[in-house]
Amino acid sequence: MSLLTYDFVVRALAGALFTGLAAPAVGTYLVQRRLALMGDGVGHIAVTGVALGLLTGTSPTLTAVAVAIVGAVVIELVRADGRTSGDVALALLFYGGIAGGVLLTGLAGQSAATLNTYLFGSITTISGADVWVTIGLAVVVVTLAVGLAPQLFAVAQDQEFARVAGLDVRVYNLLVSVMAAVTVTVAMRTVGLLLVSALMVVPVATAQQVTRAFRTTLAAAMAIGMAASLGGVAVSAYVDAAPGATIVLLALAGFAAAYPLGAWTRRRQRLARPFTEPQPEGVPVGLGHEHTAVPEEHAHEHGRECGHPAVPHGDHVDYVHDGHRHAPHGSHYDEH
Amino acid sequence: MLVNQPHGAVVSVRDGAVELAGRPVLRGIDLEVGAGEVLAVLGANGSGKSTLVRSTMGLVPTCRGEIRLFGVPLPRFGDWRRIGYVPQRVTAGSGVPASVREVVASGRLSRRRPFLPARRAARQAVEDAIAAVGLSGRARDSVSTLSGGQQQRVLIARALAGVPDLLVLDEPTAGVDVESQETFAEALRANLLRGATVVLVAHELGPLRELVDRTVVMRDGRIAYDGPPLAAFTDADQAHAHTHHHADLSRPASAHHPTVSAPLDPTGAQGEHR
Repeated sequence: MSLLTYDFVVRALAGALFTGLAAPAVGTYLVQRRLALMGDGVGHIAVTGVALGLLTGTSPTLTAVAVAIVGAVVIELVRADGRTSGDVALALLFYGGIAGGVLLTGLAGQSAATLNTYLFGSITTISGADVWVTIGLAVVVVTLAVGLAPQLFAVAQDQEFARVAGLDVRVYNLLVSVMAAVTVTVAMRTVGLLLVSALMVVPVATAQQVTRAFRTTLAAAMAIGMAASLGGVAVSAYVDAAPGATIVLLALAGFAAAYPLGAWTRRRQRLARPFTEPQPEGVPVGLGHEHTAVPEEHAHEHGRECGHPAVPHGDHVDYVHDGHRHAPHGSHYDEH
Repeated sequence: MLVNQPHGAVVSVRDGAVELAGRPVLRGIDLEVGAGEVLAVLGANGSGKSTLVRSTMGLVPTCRGEIRLFGVPLPRFGDWRRIGYVPQRVTAGSGVPASVREVVASGRLSRRRPFLPARRAARQAVEDAIAAVGLSGRARDSVSTLSGGQQQRVLIARALAGVPDLLVLDEPTAGVDVESQETFAEALRANLLRGATVVLVAHELGPLRELVDRTVVMRDGRIAYDGPPLAAFTDADQAHAHTHHHADLSRPASAHHPTVSAPLDPTGAQGEHR
């Protein structure tokens, strides 16, 4: 406990505490909409933001927030547009962000070591002002993530239903993107831009091994994220390891511990699942009165290889066969 | 409690048309659904029955005509709490586990203010909706552990939770076991007693048959039949568990080949294409 007498340790713990709360809160919504890698994409874009700050002599944190928000909004707009798939949009921004960052850092005459403190975090060099900015932004993110939970949950769960419920789906989607961008830059000093996504996703993955509901997943993920962050800083202070990497490895260890428990509960749930209704007897399945089943025997199943001319017909394919057309219907063929 | 206008349609479509990438999916749609009516929209796959319903919900943009909900033109309509919508698709699950109660509770969203906890009446409405579909015992379970039919019941409960005046269901019984279909018919009957209007897209009506008082049959993006339910439309598919081209008995034999339809003619205002 003597470590707490050092100011830099206290600042590091405070920074870790709030990052650990905010990152999984946003991460839960990203995982829910199956955009787990979005944090990574935004992190890469933020590299360009940091480099822009180094080049122009302004605060790298501010430029990183601005560039990350722009990048996150672009990802969301491209995804919502639907013409480019989400993962391709992410990939494009990954490469652009890193390349831009390295290029601008070189132009600014800074060494790779400077960039490294942002890529992998440097929580022990965090200043008093930085801690307050971190706390402020994290409080805003957590307030939104928890306060708007019903709305954000519904939008991520079922967009069409949310639209008919009168929610402005686009606004909520953009809100999640901006929250992700802010969180990434908040966590930049703690775990570094390259490991931010781990703190957003791993606690959620760990929590959902054992949870059944969304709210408990959200709460458990935030608790796990906080524990991993505080634990990581404490461990790294004693063994002199990189705090960012320690935090992420602790979180992953938590996942490894929770996984067998999750596998066991899932197995129990599968066993408890009801059997499907048996078909009522007496009625031959699929044979109604409007049916013209072909009485002849078929030596083969019609298909790509059978050699009979195939005729696309509505939702199925007919086969011209021996002077008439056959439509496959379940276990037999109908006459056309 | 119920504030349906005594006269005036709940849903009205005038000369509605929908185009997807230059191809007309719906055209010349004129439809009025009165308060308290139960309308079933039937038709073969690709006939536009789902698009018709989705366009009245504002999910698909129309390129012509006018749609009104409760007498208000769709672009200005804001009273979404009066509508309960069950989208097509049986995926109630997502990347993060969600309990039955949570999914159903999102049906109260249009009545809920952001950042405030749910009121007691709202929580009671959620429990009632879960009970109405016979899932009270599973309210705390994750939806992904339910069977397909039970998941569909969750989505129906979500629409019922808002106690809507208009219930719009897109293939609510597709791929759903008999027990779930009957539970659903029961829940629907209770809402009809309340005076709700129901629009229902279906491939087969099953146990819902006796509740329906009007059917619209879609063919090639047009309304081919509008009137009381006919045995031919409602019974044809009874014995068939899956999609089947014989279902569309209204189609004459000569129209048996896939049709090629012409694009919509440009109208004065939207005449920029081609």
